[in-house]
Parts: sequence; structure tokens; C-alpha cells
Amino acid sequence: MMNKPILNVSNLTMDFGGIRALDSLDLDVNSGEIVALIGPNGAGKTTFFNCITGIYTPTAGDVFVTPPDSNKQINLKGLKPNQVTEKGLARTFQNIRLFEKMTVLENVMIGRHCRTKAFIFGAILRNAATRKEERSILEFSYHVLEKVGLADFANEFADNLPYGAQRRLEIARALATEPLLLLLDEPAAGMNPQETMDLDVLIKEISREGQSILLIEHDMKLVMSLSDRIFVMDYGKKIAQGTPAEIRNNSAVIKAYLGEEVNA
Amino acid sequence: MDYFIELFFSGLTRGSIYALIALGYTMVYGIIGLINFAHGEIYMIGAFTAFIVATVLSIYGFPLLAIVVIAGVAAVVWSSSYAYTIEKIAYKPLRHAPRLSPLISAIGMSIFLQNYVLLAQTSDFLPFPALIPEFAFMEPIAHIVGSSDLVILITTFIVMIILTIIIKFSKIGKAMRATAQDRMMATLVGINVNSVISATFIVGSALAAIGGLLIASHIGQINFYIGFIAGIKAFTAAVLGGIGSIPGAVLGSLILGLTESFATGYVSSDYEDVFAFSLLVLILIFKPSGLLGKTTNQKV
Amino acid sequence: MISLKELKKGLLTSLWFVFLTFPIMVIKVDPFERTITWRWHNAVYMAIGTFCIFFIMKFYMQRKEMKKDTQKDSNDSILQKTLLDTRKRNIFIGTVLAVALLFPQFVSSYQTNVMTTALMYVVLGLGLNIVVGLAGLLDLGFVAFYAVGAYSYALLNLHFGLGFWTVLPIGGLMAAFFGIMLGFPVLRLRGDYLAIVTLGFGEIIRLILENWGTFSQGPSGISNIPRPSLFGLDLSLGQAINYTYYLMIVFVIITIFVVNRLQDSRLGRAWIALREDEIACQAMGIDKRKTKLVAFSLGAFWAGAVGVIFAAKTTFINPASFTFLESAIILSIVVLGGMGSIIGVIFGALILILMPEYLRALSEYRMLAFGAILVCMMIFRPQGLISNIRRTYKFDKTNLKTTPK
Repeated sequence: MMNKPILNVSNLTMDFGGIRALDSLDLDVNSGEIVALIGPNGAGKTTFFNCITGIYTPTAGDVFVTPPDSNKQINLKGLKPNQVTEKGLARTFQNIRLFEKMTVLENVMIGRHCRTKAFIFGAILRNAATRKEERSILEFSYHVLEKVGLADFANEFADNLPYGAQRRLEIARALATEPLLLLLDEPAAGMNPQETMDLDVLIKEISREGQSILLIEHDMKLVMSLSDRIFVMDYGKKIAQGTPAEIRNNSAVIKAYLGEEVNA
Repeated sequence: MDYFIELFFSGLTRGSIYALIALGYTMVYGIIGLINFAHGEIYMIGAFTAFIVATVLSIYGFPLLAIVVIAGVAAVVWSSSYAYTIEKIAYKPLRHAPRLSPLISAIGMSIFLQNYVLLAQTSDFLPFPALIPEFAFMEPIAHIVGSSDLVILITTFIVMIILTIIIKFSKIGKAMRATAQDRMMATLVGINVNSVISATFIVGSALAAIGGLLIASHIGQINFYIGFIAGIKAFTAAVLGGIGSIPGAVLGSLILGLTESFATGYVSSDYEDVFAFSLLVLILIFKPSGLLGKTTNQKV
Repeated sequence: MISLKELKKGLLTSLWFVFLTFPIMVIKVDPFERTITWRWHNAVYMAIGTFCIFFIMKFYMQRKEMKKDTQKDSNDSILQKTLLDTRKRNIFIGTVLAVALLFPQFVSSYQTNVMTTALMYVVLGLGLNIVVGLAGLLDLGFVAFYAVGAYSYALLNLHFGLGFWTVLPIGGLMAAFFGIMLGFPVLRLRGDYLAIVTLGFGEIIRLILENWGTFSQGPSGISNIPRPSLFGLDLSLGQAINYTYYLMIVFVIITIFVVNRLQDSRLGRAWIALREDEIACQAMGIDKRKTKLVAFSLGAFWAGAVGVIFAAKTTFINPASFTFLESAIILSIVVLGGMGSIIGVIFGALILILMPEYLRALSEYRMLAFGAILVCMMIFRPQGLISNIRRTYKFDKTNLKTTPK
């Protein structure tokens, strides 16, 4: 596994009115890694995701991605969410946001949108190039569905899926954009133990294919099992970073999670 | 200078009427987030009820004061009843539907009510009886400020004070403010949200009915279509002030009334309505939160 | 079956409505003659009417409850099933087409004319359907683009003598251009604000046409607009009406073809996704603004093109043809038929435009009915009469061949 960085976030700061939700945060992800971002509720993890994916424009700081085939860094700061996705960050949402009245397959096909081109005239004329593209969209999307184990539900409406499957569909949809880095916002939230175990297997599988992943998660068992490295946030600041073993024994982290008077 | 003052007062009068209607939009929007497109029609129905009652009473030879009071009460009662019923029929079943469904329903209601009045009454312009007499003491300045201007301004002022008291101090007013802030939470602390919503519609339409009565008597004629334009303009005023904000609605209405009055007085009256519509489009594009409104971040 | 409690509730409801409608339905004053007419019969009708409606509603609700218990809705209509079967579909389309083609031979030119109007609304509905049904953008000023098309033809013909066939695309493009100009600033607005802005825009266009006399000839309108030409042939009035009808048939077919293809494309999927969830859509790499703008201007293009045909068909236009009510009618068509459903919109247009024509007694109540339809559809059947049939994909797992069903 190469240790080339693909995401470099430096000095990221976000103010809401007078409140500093993110305070000069630095974070990096290397190619092929699974990195977890953890912290107590309200630490600013989702805000961090929203800042790097363009939903919010950060007050200060930079977000760089480096495509694996070049050494040129691209600054994502100030780009719109769709441009960020085009540049290679794709995310899932903490509170599931699927296209409910579209089929499972169509949801994934939407993920292919930014990698394809057909437009008005292509759609109307349905020429050879468009037909080929449509076929490639379908095939790609179907493969992604197979990967996450939802191929049998391809023609179901998304809102008819069970909860755990909806979460996997979110992952599939993000994967369909062929991201450099997959951002998972609490993928196990609300899942039962069985579903969480399946998710663990799925994320490892995706990772094995070389996909770099950054995830926010509260389920510590899952985080410890998956992550190569962990960043810990509290009150908008980074309070620790390191391997799971290091984090487990970090006093600042224990304090943040459990309060002052605990003897670790 | 006289002309300027005349325009100023006529602008204030217009603005007061807009304010009476705009409050209904803003209160309903504050509570259920719906642009109550049928609100202009409530105002029209108020004016029409007042017209019918006042004409009947005047045919029977009632004294002017009795006519004013009874017609006013009738307008308020029926407008509120219509609004209450409309909310129950057309909006309540859609409270959890996608955002555009209640709006389409409201547009349907608006078209329905217009044509209901058109069919049950007439499409002609009808002369509205003069309910406000020319006061003798206004004689010297009557060419600048009419008696009805004065009555409208004073009435609006009193109504605003009453409304403020209701919203600030009464139990239902407090419940309204709580519901506007967080409907879920309001339910949890035991507020009956359905009756708060009904009350909001009733109060809003009572204000619109008073506005309808005043303006109809000021202008001297009505027809079934007056609600559409007045509704859009009052909505413009509400958005200008910041929809959801009560002081904003009043401020926006006065600004709209004054600018309209000066624009028609000094520029041209042909484009009076174009002006209001353009203002609406411009505010929504450049400052959708209005003058006193809050910007809300969509939660992700 | 009907309990005493329900009976009481029904009576109270009908009493309430009698009270509610009392001043407007019962009293009619003549302020000039100073006479009063008491129309008590209206109160009686009202009482009986609301009483019946109350129980119909009760019955409907009960049935709906029961249905909910027994099965999840598989309420595909016969029509939908027919359309899903390719062979049946071809027979169906063939029959419709044959009837449509022979229609003018069997009826008077008046009837043909009415049908042409209905077909125009089909196309307008399909155009608005792209905007409202697919992309989920509530456009209440759609009629403005229709006006742009109609006035493009009238004015270009008046001043430059341009013919119908030249202006047809120009009118469409002009309208699309207006759509883009309006869309740029307003499409970032939230749904309900967008609706009001488009309404304002529609009214502005109409008021300008009304007041800017030197440009548009004001409220008196423009007359003597030439009918569509056919290779320079001289057509009699009857022939011209039939010709316009066939033209419209072709135009409807083209529109259906194009809208159908758009719907089943990468762009169409993006529109539907945008309607479902804007934020998720952007996060999936869809350019929200561009996608909306395309929907908006495509819808406008169709309205503009139909505007040109409208001007040519009636040979006279004035601003009164382009009021907000017109937008509301087109919206009713889309809502009644089923948002996003092509076949639904076609039925919606035919029902709403032809019914008042053929049931003369009803025509007075036309707008009343349109208003009621909008409300009732939202409450009882938001998906419309004929909900959208979605394309599904089938997989042959061995070589992953896809066949649209």
C-alpha cells in the first residue's frame, strides 16, 4: 500500500455567527487508508464533512485533494458540492437522504451522473454514443449494487428497503461516483448488531479494493476494527490522532468522552 | 408640497391596508410555513360580506353607525369562518405532505373562492356604500387628507395595538409564538397545535376582513377579483419585511404603500402593478429573508 | 350502518356550511335599484349537498382504511397494464392515432377547432410537466412563455413579414431564452418562493403587454395574423382548420416522443432526483443550477412554440389570453393527469378542455371546477389520475444485457 496522501485539510475553521464550530483543524488521509473521525456529540464532525464537501464554505483553511495519478493538489475550498464530488469526494448522510421515489438501481445511476455526459440532444436523438453510455451506466451501477449486496432489490423503490439496506444503498450511490475518497457519516447509526457486523465486512471489502475511506462513527467497536488511523475532535478542535491502540490509551480522549474524574 | 403630503398620506393609507392583509400571510407562514394563497380571497369575502350586509341594512334604513358596526362584525365573523373552514378542508390533511402540495391546494382554493363569489353574486363592479362620513373638522385639510384616510390610519393603529397585546400577553398568543418556534416541542409541552393553527387563521382573517371593509369603503367599489391583486401586494409587503416577522409585515407594508403612492404620483400610474410585482421579484431574488426576517440554514 | 352520532355530525356540518355560505349564496342585493333578493333555495341546496358530501367522504375514508389493511396499493389501472404490455400498447396507440387522424372527416370544423385547442393544451401540459412534474419546480408563470411565443409570431410577422414556419422555432427559442434569463436568478430560491416569483414574472409580462402600447398595441391586441402556410397553397377556412389540426397532431407526437426520451435519460433521472432531494443530488455531483435551468428553459421552449401556433390558429391575440388563470389551467392539467406522467397529462388536458366544451351547462363552472380539482387532487390523489409508469430495468445476469420493460 502506498502512503501517498490524497486528502490534506489544513487549518480548517468554521464560524456560525459568533460560534466557532471548527477551530483550525488539520487532517490528512493517505491513499488506501481507512481513517476515522470521532468525538462526542456536537464536537463538529458533521460540520467538518459539510465544510469539506462544499455544503458550507469554511471561514478559513484549505482542503486539498491529490489525485493518485498526479502530484498536483487541487483546492476544494469554495467549490460547490457537485464540483467537490466531481473532484473525487463522495459522501453519505447521517440521516439517510435517498431518492425515495426512485428505484434502488436508479439511485445508484444518479451517482454516475458526474462521470457521464449525455445531454439534451443525446437524450432526444439517443444516438450510438448515448446508448453506449447508458449501457455503461447501467452495468457499472449494477456492479456496485452487487458489491454492496443489493442487486436483488435493483427494481424496488428505495423507500421500501429495510433500514440497513438503505444505509448500504447510500454507500453504493457514493461509490458509483468513483470517488478518490469515500466519506461515510455515521454509517452504522441506528443499525442492529447484525447489520453493523455486515457493514464492517462491507467496508473492509471496499477498502481491500483500494478505496480510501474517511468515516465518522460513534460505534467504537466498529471504529477500532476498521480504522488505520483515528482523529479525535472535541469542541471543534482536534484533541488527538493516532492508531487505534494509541487512541484507546490517550488520556485526553478518555477525558473528552467520560469527563474529568475518571481514572483510566 | 401639498401634493407631496397628499401622496404621503395616501401611501400611508395604502400601507395600512396592506399591513392588515400582510399580517395574515406572515402569521400563517410563521406557524405552518405555508404561503396561504387564498388569503387574498378571505379579504375579498370580508369585503363582500360587508357590502351585502351594509346594503341590506341601508335599504332597511338603519342608522350609519349601526350599519358600520354590524357590517364590520359580519365581515370579521364570516371571513374568520371561511378561513377556519378552508384550513380544515384544504390544508390540514396536507400537513405532512411535500411542501408544494399545500401551496397547490391553496392556489386551487383561491381560484375556487373567486369563482364561487363570481357565480353566486356577479362579475360587475359594485358600488360600496360610503361607511365613513366626511367629518366637519377635517374640512380645511380635506384636499390633502380625507376623512376615510384618517379613519383607516386610526383603526389600523388600534388594531395593531390589540394584536400586539394578544400576541405578547394572552395565552393563545404565547402558544402561537411557541408553535412558530418549534411545533414539535410545542406539542410536547401540551399545546394543542391544531387549535393554535386555527386561531392563527382566524386572527389573520379577522384583520384581513377589517382591511377589506376599510378599503372597500375608501375606494367605493368592489368585485370578486380584488383579492388577487391585494393578496399579491400584501404578500410582497410581508416578504419585504421578512416573512414570519410581525413588525416586518407592518414595516414592509408601509414601505410598499409609500413607494407605490409616490411612484404613481410622480412617475406614471400605468405601471402601478408592474412596480409591485417587480419589487416582489427583486426582493425574493436578492434578499429573500426580507428586512427583519431571519436567515435559516437548511439542516443537513 | 350510519350511527346516530355520525348523523348528528353530518347535520352539524351541513348547518355550518349553510351559515358559512349564507350572505354570499342567499342574499343578493342590487345597490342601484335598492332591492334585495333572498334566494332561500340556495341554502336548501347547500344543506343537502354538504350533507351528502359528508357521507360520501365518510364512506371514502372507511374504504381507504380498509384497503390499507388488506393490501399495499397495487392500484394500477387497466390503462397502465395495457401500456406495460408492448403488443397491447401498440394496438392502443394505433387505435388512438387512427381515430385522431380520421376525426376531422366526421365532425364539423367547429369540433375540429375545439380539438386543436385541446391538443395545444396537451403540449402545454407536457411542457409544464417537464418543469413541475419531473424537476419539481412549481412554475406559476408558465403562461408568460406562451405569451412570448404568441407575440413573437404576431410582431415578427407584423414588422418583418416573417412566416409561420420561420417563427415557430424562433418563438420557442425566444421563450427558452426568457426562461433562462428568469431562471438564472430565481432557480436558487426555495420551492414556494420560486412559485411566487414565477407568478410575479407572468403578471409582469402581461402588464407590460397591456401597457406598452407602442410595442404590443396594448389591450386591443394584434389581429390579422396569418394562419400556418402549406407550400404557399391557398387554403379555404375549413381546410386551414383541418390543416392546423393535423399540424397539432404531428406536434403532439413530436412532443411526446421528445419528452419520453428526455424522461428516460441521464438528464431525466437528474430531474427526478432533484425533485426528491436537492442536497443529496448535489452531493452526487449533479449541478443543481444547470439541471434546473435546462428543465425550465425546455418547458418554456414548448410553451413558446405552442404560443406561435396559438397566434396562427386564432389569427388574433391580446394580453387577456395570458392571465394567471391560464397558468392555473395548465397546472390543473398536470396535477389532474399525474405529475410526471405523459399519458396522464394527455388525459388531463383532454378532460379539462373538452369537458366544458361539450357539457355547455358546465362551462360556467369551469374555473370553479379547476380550483376544486387542484384541492381535491392534492388531498385524495396527489399522484394524479394516472400515476407515472416508471421504467424498470431487467437483468440477464450472464451477460448483463439490459432490456427496458
